Amino acid sequence: MSAYPVTDHACDVVVVGAGGAGLRATVGLAQAGFSTACVTKVFPTRSHTVAAQGGISAALGNMGEDDWRFHFYDTVKGSDWLGDQDAIAYMCREAPAAVIELEHFGLPFSRTEDGRIYQRPFGGMTTHYGKGIAQRTCAAADRTGHAMLHTLYQQSLKHDARFFIEYFALDLLMQDGACRGVLALDMATGTLHRFLAQATVLATGGYGRTYFSCTSAHTCTGDGGGMVLRAGLPLADMEFVQFHPTGIYGAGCLITEGSRGEGGVLRNSEGERFMERYAPNAKDLASRDVVSRAMTIEIREGRGVGPRKDHLLLHLEHLGADVIHKRLPGIAETAQIFAGVDVTRAPIPVLPTAHYNMGGIPCTIDGEVLTRTPAGDAVVPGLLAVGEAACVSVHGANRLGSNSLLDLVVFGRAAAAHCAKTLKPGAALPSAPKAATDAALAAFDRVRHASGTRPTASLRDEMQRAMQKDAAVFRSGASLDEGCRAVGAAFGAMAELCISDRSLVFNTDLVEALELDNLMRQALATIHSARNRTESRGAHAREDFPARDDANWLKHTLAWVDDGGAVRFDYRPVQLATRSGEVESIPPKARTY
Amino acid sequence: MVQFTLPENSRYSKQPGRRHRAPAGARRVREFHVYRFDPDSRQPPRVDVFEVDLDSCGSMVLDALILIKDTMDSTLTFRRSCREGICGSCAMNIDGLNTLACTRPIDTVEGAVRIFPLPHLPVIKDLVPDLTQFYAQYAAVKPWLQTRAPAPEGRERRQSPADQERIDRPSACILCACCSTSCPSFWWNSERYLGPAALLASHRWVLDTRDEARAERLAFLDDTFRLYRCHTILNCVEACPKDLNPARAIADLKRRLAGGEGG
Repeated sequence: MSAYPVTDHACDVVVVGAGGAGLRATVGLAQAGFSTACVTKVFPTRSHTVAAQGGISAALGNMGEDDWRFHFYDTVKGSDWLGDQDAIAYMCREAPAAVIELEHFGLPFSRTEDGRIYQRPFGGMTTHYGKGIAQRTCAAADRTGHAMLHTLYQQSLKHDARFFIEYFALDLLMQDGACRGVLALDMATGTLHRFLAQATVLATGGYGRTYFSCTSAHTCTGDGGGMVLRAGLPLADMEFVQFHPTGIYGAGCLITEGSRGEGGVLRNSEGERFMERYAPNAKDLASRDVVSRAMTIEIREGRGVGPRKDHLLLHLEHLGADVIHKRLPGIAETAQIFAGVDVTRAPIPVLPTAHYNMGGIPCTIDGEVLTRTPAGDAVVPGLLAVGEAACVSVHGANRLGSNSLLDLVVFGRAAAAHCAKTLKPGAALPSAPKAATDAALAAFDRVRHASGTRPTASLRDEMQRAMQKDAAVFRSGASLDEGCRAVGAAFGAMAELCISDRSLVFNTDLVEALELDNLMRQALATIHSARNRTESRGAHAREDFPARDDANWLKHTLAWVDDGGAVRFDYRPVQLATRSGEVESIPPKARTY
Repeated sequence: MVQFTLPENSRYSKQPGRRHRAPAGARRVREFHVYRFDPDSRQPPRVDVFEVDLDSCGSMVLDALILIKDTMDSTLTFRRSCREGICGSCAMNIDGLNTLACTRPIDTVEGAVRIFPLPHLPVIKDLVPDLTQFYAQYAAVKPWLQTRAPAPEGRERRQSPADQERIDRPSACILCACCSTSCPSFWWNSERYLGPAALLASHRWVLDTRDEARAERLAFLDDTFRLYRCHTILNCVEACPKDLNPARAIADLKRRLAGGEGG
């Protein structure tokens, strides 16, 4: 192995990732007086939070009656009862304050006539426990994620937070079961940096790029999840992958659910508004898993559109040019560019597209990462997780639209607050973990000098196509067996990885290979967890087990993936009780929209 | 006559770079001429030619770059992320214009597609420029809400839809740097002129009815270089991939200062 000089950075807290959750945590830590290093592989405003469109949910009641308890009920039901109700209660109760805080930070929200934050209807969001349609999703036109990410970056500039930009995190530095920091590659120089800290906060986002067609950015490779698996820790509920009903056919780019919130409708080849059949009450605003399944059935039964009858149409024409230009300007632009469609005149061709990972790094409401021992849950000292990378779990088996931006700020803030409560700025750090550093350097060196026969792109393609085919909207035992075999084969072929770029400066050939290792391990966790769960719940729809099975499966999956690609499972109970006493727990019942 | 000082590695070798042939049997081939620079190689920059089979490629320039990286030369280096025009990573100079590779259709370019990094920035590698100074200029205008009055307890600050509309579009800037790096004034004086992107950001806060630092913001800009090096060339408007208008924002800043708003 080559000798690599490593530069040490001692700080109180290191945050990995600068999307919505990472930035909110960073701002909170800087405000609390912690020396904080935010390590991010892209410049903060390039993080994928920027692409969130529709909005952020909070029961402000600006546009009609609302109550955070209704929001709580909707989220529990949306999660198909897999969400932990204490965490959901916390998130929904904190939501109004979190959104007001963003407004106070300067976020340019759209406004009502009386100057309040504009709110639009979204899928699964109701009043009075399913009886009415709520207007709960706070929006900045249809670029709410962009507005939020830029606002949070501005706040981090205001608080003079320290960023390490285009630093790629390689591995966690674990010692005696605790996390002591993280090793990272400075892409611009090719030098290695060790961040030693009292706490490490993983805010690395989802791993959408395990699929061939997804709304996720190229950079959504779940690097935190990959690091956690390599550290011998489990990931939770990885079988739950959300397919967004409206990705643009072909390109995969997202068309916000807000377009249906503003009145858009889906139609099949017969011109029928088919969601009326599948969800008589909520129709096009049913939960995403419900709409994606309905669309898949319509296509299977021959009512798709186009020469291959393999997609459907989203109509916005009837909304009128005024509403479109005021509320959905980004959608109009995206549809024009990627589908060649003028949405004021013609429908958008759409298809359910991989979009969001409900699963991730198991953690508490405070963000503390959990593992499982024979004695039960155990906190991993020094390690926290927030945002899409984490699994608190507030989204359970299916996330409601506009709950993810909320998750980012509520739990980003909670993690910072937890550090403020439990750590002291400037406290002494334990000695640098030598064995973990050496192991991480050796792993890095292996990839850097990989000289097999398979380029990263070819291995990635093999894995993505298997996931696309066998871990899709509907799954079956046979397809999952085949998928486990195919993804396992792709992972095995990583031994034949080949890197062509041997340089040090901005070596994206190398970074893509490192990202691929993260993707592969999470693809294995996902498809094996899906095969293991013999029921249908939320986004996990098994054709051979079409019913929800609360007797056997009202529990979180924990999956470990070893270096040979073998997957091992354990389980955690779902928290059905609420801890606040402010809201009644919602017992499991049939889920219809 | 005024002369530019070109950043390092702006001049590429007149020697032809490498040519990567299209796969046998390709029927719809388009040449991509791509600037290459690898600092580790100690060689001067060059331009490589890639023959891309359009039948196996998506419709955007970014699709072609990814196809090249995935199947022809994995050392080709560029930034990319969202691939839908919102993250601003893949800004580069395509066919002589600064734009985003992900939203620029290949078929809007005639003949060979010429791709260079954003102009007049130091090049790190291939199509990856060093944006450090661009980001520092953004930070210099203090692009965050500044207030003196405490925020209303538990409620939003009110803002009328008409007032919000004035900041709605300028807030949509994606910091891609297409505008600033298309501006000759920025090329000459990038160390002192703030450039269109930072000025657009400053103007967005000047317009925001919630902000209480308008006079300070304008006073900061009232400087021969920071603001007044804008000579209304309007390349910024032409370049912006989000159809924003930094030139109009700059004109309004100048008008406000002329009207005495800077204190």
